[in-house]
Amino acid sequence: MTKTVRIASGLGFYGDSWEPVVTSVASMRAGELNYVASDHLAELTLAILQKDRQRDPTLGYARDVVPMLVRLWPLMQTRGVRFICNAGGLNPHGAAAAVQAAFNAKGWKARIAVVSGDDVLASLTDNAAPANFPHLLNGDDISIVRERLVFANAYLGARPIVDALAQGAHIVITGRVADAALFLAPLVHEFGWKLEDASSADDFNKLAQGLTVGHLLECSGQGSGGNFGSLQAWQAIPDLAHIGYPMAEVQTDGAAVITKPHGTGGRVNFDTVRQQLLYEVHNPHAYASPDVVLDMSTICIDDLGGDRVRITGATGHRRPDQLKVVAGFSDGFKAEVTWGYSWPDAYAKAQTTLAMVKTQLAEKRVPHEELSVEYPGLNSAHGALAPLPADLSELNEVWMRMVLRTNSKAAAEGFGRLFPWMGLSGPAYTCGFSGLRATGELLGIWPTLISRERVEAQVRIDWLAAGASS
Amino acid sequence: MQIRLAEIAHARSGDKADWVDFGLFAWNDAGYAVLLREVTTAAVQSHFAPWLPGSVDCWPLPNLLAIKLVLKDALQGGGARNLRSDNLGKSMGGALLRMTITLSEEEWALCHAQPRVGWWP
Repeated sequence: MTKTVRIASGLGFYGDSWEPVVTSVASMRAGELNYVASDHLAELTLAILQKDRQRDPTLGYARDVVPMLVRLWPLMQTRGVRFICNAGGLNPHGAAAAVQAAFNAKGWKARIAVVSGDDVLASLTDNAAPANFPHLLNGDDISIVRERLVFANAYLGARPIVDALAQGAHIVITGRVADAALFLAPLVHEFGWKLEDASSADDFNKLAQGLTVGHLLECSGQGSGGNFGSLQAWQAIPDLAHIGYPMAEVQTDGAAVITKPHGTGGRVNFDTVRQQLLYEVHNPHAYASPDVVLDMSTICIDDLGGDRVRITGATGHRRPDQLKVVAGFSDGFKAEVTWGYSWPDAYAKAQTTLAMVKTQLAEKRVPHEELSVEYPGLNSAHGALAPLPADLSELNEVWMRMVLRTNSKAAAEGFGRLFPWMGLSGPAYTCGFSGLRATGELLGIWPTLISRERVEAQVRIDWLAAGASS
Repeated sequence: MQIRLAEIAHARSGDKADWVDFGLFAWNDAGYAVLLREVTTAAVQSHFAPWLPGSVDCWPLPNLLAIKLVLKDALQGGGARNLRSDNLGKSMGGALLRMTITLSEEEWALCHAQPRVGWWP
């Protein structure tokens, strides 16, 4: 009657290590672990993928999913583990085709579902039907950025993944899906929890527990002692070099235990788990997802010891009528130069050089909005909150990081050329320079809301069968 | 006596668009009583003001011995246009832990006498 579903954390971002995922899967016998769910998309990732897609329309997905699955699939297949990820990014069909090609080359068979329909750029840029998509945080009207939008994706919920699993998918590859929904979906599928038709407090609370589990697992090692922000306590977390990513054991009623594989580094306890629970949450009484609104104020975290923590008590409320959208818009260019001086007078020489850079920008009339200056090692992290040393003249070395913000691509590309001459004709003991060609494109992020019906009407599941037809 | 928050609390920061958010956590009940009194919206806002003058929201969560904080307008419009090295505010949890708070010597002693709730073998 009561059943346990086990889910292991996959990646926490595009570029994360999958070795701990290999460890998680390999530590389990057949039938013990049911799912790996892998979050490849931070808010910023679509901006990176957009640049890939501009260069090559077949890209635009998180490419690490291919070598990751090539490494994991033999282990997962023999244990009956299914895999869910949002690595599709802006191009889920491209991601699935790349995985299929890699599997075909190995002669592996897998049923791959592709979830798409999160792309809502056409809705946001449709001038014929001007809808208002105000900025979620500051209320600005979207007309100020509409011409410059380069991507816009809605956060889908668990439904299409639940359907794909019900139809026998071994691997589900999605575009922008709410991170935690990657984990909630298999729980809804396995336990038959009500989703759209949830109506009782019990229905909502189960979904809230599932969302909590997803939120605790979606950032890989951050849920098991990685990135533990503290004064001196972090040293008590063992062996981060071999960190075990978190895993969840979830019961039919939603009660869950968070743990990690035996013999791995990291720590799962009250402190590491609650740091992750509140991560990137605004109002903790109403943490909105496409499937349920979570109230964290009733969650009970029982530290069982031995890297096991029990999670109960999450309260759920009816899901929002609108879905969140994150859009990106072109917002100029940057050029970044780092320049260093050694003792003596390192700080004073950096100041002199900065003054000469500003003189050149003015005399050459270089168009720019801002010149950002930081001193890495002195104040780049905490700005004015970081007190400078009393005796600046004695510093061993000073590095200065200067970043130009400009709407002119030419101005950005020319910034680095303001510097080399100072190697022979400026102050002495230059100890490093980088940034002759470090130009980058800046993207503004535009969070907004869109009607659920409008998005759900375009969501679809497509199927690929690696190995089956060849 | 005056101490930095880091002496009795731990914290993680994260980003969403232009807002940085913080989870701030006491190690035990004694520490949480001090946090509730000292870590007010106004106090956090004035701590960050010399650098980041955005407004602050604050929610206490007694079930987690935690305070959830949000600092607005903190990332130059968002990570993909922020020129700072730490464009995502990952290190800002440390900036919060720099905040100076006031407590009595008895409270200080109690914060360190009470065991931590978590399992730290």
